[in-house]
Amino acid sequence: MRTLTKRLQASHSSAEARPQAPAAEAPVQGDEPLAREAIASTHDAARQPQAARHESAVKHVTGRAHYIDDLPAPAGALHAMVGLSEVAHGRLLRLDLDAVARSPGVVDVISAGDIPGHRDIGPVFPGDPLFAETSVSYVGQPLFAVAATSYAAARRAVRAAVVEIEALTPRFDAVAAAAAGEFVRPSHRQVGGDWVQALAQAPHVLEARQFVGGQEHFYLEGQACLVIPSEDEGVTVHTSNQHPSETQKLVAEVLDIPFHAVTVENRRMGGGFGGKETQAAPWACMAALLARRTGRAVRLRLPRAEDTRATGKRHPFHNRYRLGIDDHGVIIGGDIELIGDCGHSPDLSEAVVDRAMFHADNAYSLGAARVTGHRARTHTASNTAFRGFGGPQGMMIIERAMDDIARHRGEDPLTIRLRNLYRPGRETTHYGQRVDQHPLLHHIVERLTQSSDYWQRREAITAFNRHSSVVKRGLALTPVKFGISFTAKHLNQAGALLHVYTDGSVMINHGGTEMGQGLHTKICQVVARELGLELAAVRISATRTDKVPNTSPTAASSGADLNGMAARDAAIQIRRRLLDFAAEHYQWDREGLTLQDGALIAGDGDAGHRVAWGELIQAAYLARVSLSATGFYATPLIHYDRDSGQGRPFYYFAYGAAVSEVRVDTLSGEYRVERVDVLHDVGDSLNPAIDRGQVEGGFIQGMGWLTSEELKWNAEGRLLSDGPATYKIPTFGDLPPVFNVELLEGHPNSQASLYRSKAVGEPPFMLAISVWSALRDALASLVDYRESPDLDTPATPERVLLAAEALRRRGTP
Amino acid sequence: MIEFFLNGRRQYVEAEPTTSVLALLRETLGHCGTKEGCASGDCGACTVAIADPDSSAAWRTANACITPAHQLQGCHLVTVEGLARGEALHPAQAAMVECHASQCGFCTPGIVMSLFALHESRRQTPAAPLAPQALEAALGGNLCRCTGYRPIRDAAHAMATQPDSRPAWADDPELETAWRALGRASRATHYHTPQHLAELMQLRREHPQAPLVAGATDLWLGVTQRLEQWPAVIDLSQVTELRRIEAEDKGWWIGAAVTYREWEPLLQTHYPAFAHLLERLGSAQIRHRATVGGNIANASPIGDTPPVLLALEARLRLAGPDGERELPLSAFFLDYRKTALRPGECIVAIWLPRPEDDAQLRVWKLSKRREDDISTLLGAFHWRQTGEQMHDVRVAFGGMAATPLRVHKVEAALEGQPATAETFADAKRALRAALTPLDDVRGSADYRLTAAANLLERWALILDPSRDDTQEVALDAYAH
Repeated sequence: MRTLTKRLQASHSSAEARPQAPAAEAPVQGDEPLAREAIASTHDAARQPQAARHESAVKHVTGRAHYIDDLPAPAGALHAMVGLSEVAHGRLLRLDLDAVARSPGVVDVISAGDIPGHRDIGPVFPGDPLFAETSVSYVGQPLFAVAATSYAAARRAVRAAVVEIEALTPRFDAVAAAAAGEFVRPSHRQVGGDWVQALAQAPHVLEARQFVGGQEHFYLEGQACLVIPSEDEGVTVHTSNQHPSETQKLVAEVLDIPFHAVTVENRRMGGGFGGKETQAAPWACMAALLARRTGRAVRLRLPRAEDTRATGKRHPFHNRYRLGIDDHGVIIGGDIELIGDCGHSPDLSEAVVDRAMFHADNAYSLGAARVTGHRARTHTASNTAFRGFGGPQGMMIIERAMDDIARHRGEDPLTIRLRNLYRPGRETTHYGQRVDQHPLLHHIVERLTQSSDYWQRREAITAFNRHSSVVKRGLALTPVKFGISFTAKHLNQAGALLHVYTDGSVMINHGGTEMGQGLHTKICQVVARELGLELAAVRISATRTDKVPNTSPTAASSGADLNGMAARDAAIQIRRRLLDFAAEHYQWDREGLTLQDGALIAGDGDAGHRVAWGELIQAAYLARVSLSATGFYATPLIHYDRDSGQGRPFYYFAYGAAVSEVRVDTLSGEYRVERVDVLHDVGDSLNPAIDRGQVEGGFIQGMGWLTSEELKWNAEGRLLSDGPATYKIPTFGDLPPVFNVELLEGHPNSQASLYRSKAVGEPPFMLAISVWSALRDALASLVDYRESPDLDTPATPERVLLAAEALRRRGTP
Repeated sequence: MIEFFLNGRRQYVEAEPTTSVLALLRETLGHCGTKEGCASGDCGACTVAIADPDSSAAWRTANACITPAHQLQGCHLVTVEGLARGEALHPAQAAMVECHASQCGFCTPGIVMSLFALHESRRQTPAAPLAPQALEAALGGNLCRCTGYRPIRDAAHAMATQPDSRPAWADDPELETAWRALGRASRATHYHTPQHLAELMQLRREHPQAPLVAGATDLWLGVTQRLEQWPAVIDLSQVTELRRIEAEDKGWWIGAAVTYREWEPLLQTHYPAFAHLLERLGSAQIRHRATVGGNIANASPIGDTPPVLLALEARLRLAGPDGERELPLSAFFLDYRKTALRPGECIVAIWLPRPEDDAQLRVWKLSKRREDDISTLLGAFHWRQTGEQMHDVRVAFGGMAATPLRVHKVEAALEGQPATAETFADAKRALRAALTPLDDVRGSADYRLTAAANLLERWALILDPSRDDTQEVALDAYAH
């Protein structure tokens, strides 16, 4: 179980989300007691600078924002580097580090035997040795680490190691692994009705397979940490890290010291995207070991190629569907199988494949369906969290099915999608959660259809394609429904710590980390709003485990939802205390007191009084009122029973839709995304500028995943695309010339979320599926839309060309 | 000892021959605003702007990670720390803030520097429309993983309307004179900057193992990726004979150390298809530094310019211990990364023939990503149309064999033939029989062969007189 409880050496093996009695199914509406404090929409608070700029924007553009490798280190600091396995699978026969130790500048060398505490740092389940001991299971697996007086000396020293590995046959084929029962975790099933009968009775049965490629996070700031030994047995760890509390726990366990001896701090990351949720911890553990052994500060920063080889990626998936449909193309039921390629260890794969399963329906009712998820073990780096966390891979299969059904029935894919959207009578998912707000899906799709001129463009494109033999255009609209909450229930909690200093300046700390998503900005906005202050009066220092303990990872799009509520809780306590104090101190009516515009306001108009915030704080301090508070939040209502595969794992769903148009050269496979229209639901936005940034950035990142970002390994399992020369994320010219992005307004979250906002980190990523579907649409025109082309991802020019050639070979005019 | 100016202030520093500008900034000078994203010149996070005496006051962006520190001698280097004047932001910075164009902020310093160079190049005409191509050229070498680029595009446009705040150093009228007076010749013992060919030859005799560096855009990966240690380095970027373009009646001698940026205007006039390729070769940061001689001497099977130069029947002037000689480029590439260069020899210049009036050239590069990507394959096609017949047909490919090469069998199938579907069908058969391309991270052999044959099909289509003019046969962004 992924908890921060100290793990015993014999680990638990219980499921991540424990079976639990189902709570009332009725959706909580906004007027429930629970919602009382949260009901106010952001949009009522006109006094707040909603589109506030990123709190670090000026620091970013002037170079003053510090990342890990920019932090000044204490005198005598050492540089660490890690020795990696060159073999994918084998027995480690000999690890001779003498030459490493004797290399110029080397101060210390460590391997598995030098670890005083836990040697396995698997975050949820064991399987991730800090250093390989007797066997190796992927190319890039850490074998040892070295500390030297310079970065270059450490890098050179690593190469002096004598490593003997008896190579065993590696396994890279996840489908074969699944067939052989090679799993990192047991398979899981969700059954929503009699799927066998549905298939037997359906007038049409369609089936297909697809491969969905993985994705390298390509955070611009690579894995990095700086560990400073403390005066007692512990360490302070500065790390580019989405989960400081887990790293605190793992460092303490590896060093065999209490958690309170380890402080983990992060001011900001140069990108995370899931790649620093579990996979930032090993480097911190290694640097901490070296720091304790040498008594010196230790920096560890992985060069790009090592980073890319050593760390896990988005899971590649092998998906399959067999669906029964009626004459109108509406799904009656069927069977979907998802095989996640997990790499060599469990890491977060249990939950990642679960989330793929939870999203195998995307926005459509599957009818009576069975969804099965397998976690295949292969000899690559352990695949991990990445924006969407399996959701995108799960959605791909049903979006493929939508296009396939459309071609089979000879209808437009949008028509088929509309017919299959969740609707009254078909509003329960295959895992038993009712989709509330499903009318919003229809509203979004219909509005976007209009605003993007879908049908007029469809006509023009069909006419163009009839006339144009080489260049083909394609168009597609795909929706998104994405479940918000950690599927591991206990992670849905957050804490905050708020201090008001006697000059009136406010410091807020919370458990979330800043990786560019604007979380700190939003949290400051929450506090400023609750205390009626200017945004500039509120500041966040850094995320620190000694300020807010036992935090959850900043992941699952939950950063603002959870931490914002905790910060708000703390701010409300301070406000109450101040108003209680003021009522007594100034002898004013408590009911009429408010904090706004940087002041305490009592009463209205001429009869009113005004006390400046700073003055109020001074008075409160002198009256010995505590000006510090902790806040806490736990998401209500959610539960999931793994035994039955049923429950309500998500507090709510976020929705959106996108229309993409592409132009494809079917002789070369080259293509351009020419226009994209997006309408996305963020409830009532906390910060429209930041939310739009998440929508656009998520879209382009998703587009990269499905188009140009290709992971390639050689036959020995060595990753060939291990840097930006060979791994191509979108660049400036890939931005569609027309990119219309609109946040849906006037539809607050139906659940009692933070000011009725919705999470925005992950959902827009999947809007990019429209690009892939548009490519298939363009290709389908080669056979007059009578066939649905196979197009695995990433749909590189190579895959697009070979798909076009396959269609042409089938001899259709 | 390197003497240069950094953000308007004079610096004297010591550095190893293999020290990069990035290492100098971050480790020696404590300027950590410039970031390392990849240490291979591919991401642009470390973008800085350099003015040198050759650059006629224009700012050239460069990837600091693969720029030799010693090349700063006598230059003015500007980094992200050097743009604001107190709290007043430079228009590039102010526009980035206003447009919400930074998220994680790690790529931002590099993007700000690319925007700075763009803004400075347009200071006299800030209101002139900013063409999409110009923007792509300026920003194509800066990867951003967070924003999706839309706000960065907006920021580029918004620079023109920001207050015209100048960096503090821009006030100093003596500054430019001061840095120009430093002189470019290296004073370091292990970093040599010969000024003339004879001096270069002498140095090569004295330091036979020393690598030759010009733009360093590929060579420096030896330092950052392979940890090579070079006791000495010979820098070609100041050798007069290698730095000039000599025009003659029948063509031009292009000095081997002429950068793409310097070469581009000539190509723009005489070989627009070749110039278009340069827009997709590397990034602005690379094109400002990389040289045509480097691209040839590197002898990569996927170098972008060799197939084009082969199709144009370029020649090389080589200099070595036994004097100078000329060699057709087609005789230069012997095998995978093996060239006809003899010990101690180097490329002095490349002969580029002047185009015949009726000559046509098409250059088609296929890559996984349109911008800043290395070719999966590249086809260069030269011909003259005399009546019905095609003449002087020269077909060259990169990425289709161990070296860039002419495909004579394809040429033979086309030479003297009418440009009909049948002729090109023959050419495609000849191509499939003649080539066995590589199968690597950039593409499979099957794809390369299919796509190469399809480029012949594209060629046939553009020559097909029956084709309706409105029918597109390629995407404009990729191929003209």
